[in-house]
Amino acid sequence: MLLEHLVVPVEDFEAGTGWHVQDRGLCRGDACVPLPAGAAEGGQVDVAMVAAAAGMALVEDEDDGVWALGSRAGGHALEGADLPDLVLPDLDGNPFRLSALHGRKALLVAWASW
Amino acid sequence: MAIATVALDTGGSEAVAPFVPEGFTLPVLVDAGHETVEHLGFVNVPMAVWIDEEGRIARPAHAAHVERSPLRDLPEPEGEDRISRMLRQVKRIPDRGDDYPEEVRDWARRGPDSPFAVAPEEVAAASRPVGRAEAEAAACFELGQRRWGRGDREGARRWWRRAHELDPSSWSYKRQAWSLESTAEGELTDLIQAPTEAYGTGWLEEVERTGAEHYYPT
Repeated sequence: MLLEHLVVPVEDFEAGTGWHVQDRGLCRGDACVPLPAGAAEGGQVDVAMVAAAAGMALVEDEDDGVWALGSRAGGHALEGADLPDLVLPDLDGNPFRLSALHGRKALLVAWASW
Repeated sequence: MAIATVALDTGGSEAVAPFVPEGFTLPVLVDAGHETVEHLGFVNVPMAVWIDEEGRIARPAHAAHVERSPLRDLPEPEGEDRISRMLRQVKRIPDRGDDYPEEVRDWARRGPDSPFAVAPEEVAAASRPVGRAEAEAAACFELGQRRWGRGDREGARRWWRRAHELDPSSWSYKRQAWSLESTAEGELTDLIQAPTEAYGTGWLEEVERTGAEHYYPT
């Protein structure tokens, strides 16, 4: 997730990372990480605090004043069996939610031009 | 059973569209930011995940060859030229193309009773482990992607080189970056991803270094 500011609305943080701010902490799938006081308050997330608490990689492009927030270190690509709710565009640019694949078995195949 | 495809391509739909056959009716999603490397573990292609009726992953990211590559059955070349060395490595990359289509059919028929499906409580542990280096690599790749998108090629290369160092097992990051470069020798060597000035090594060197048996996570 790219960030121009280190304090962002909770909904932006959740959409960008797939992690949700809950009473018990920051949760995704079966994993929950406790958050320190002040990390998520008033509908805003202090990304640096959350990243430190959850062990997420936060890397700054200093020349650009932009940060990228990567995954939580020490876990796995998946934090549970639930399909991450990614939204990707189709060839025409229309957003496609992976959750649209629910309802019957689905095979999601990755390929590339390279 | 539904099938959807996702193309990992920095160039977005422009890069992807020429490879989609006319009349292709399955969804073609475009992952320009390689988000599915981080979120699903697609560290190379072709890979796949299985998703059950409830929207749960029934098999985390795995190599998904639908047929055996004819290259795997060529006689072992003896030369020391680049192509011969590449073919020797290709033959060592695990290829389950003979078995995989039947595994998919078995799961389609038997669901969770299929021995190829993974129980929900075991899915996370069976997905790709993410350490500090892999987590940071994803962030670096994203910063590079941002710079590439606005035409800052050298800026992008700096971040991508860092991503490659941090997470050498992500072939998606490497093969993508190499594909955007040109070799001094021209188009043929571009296609086989020979070393470029920008990255120093290419496909052959990296496969020899990391081991063909690790080309797809098991």
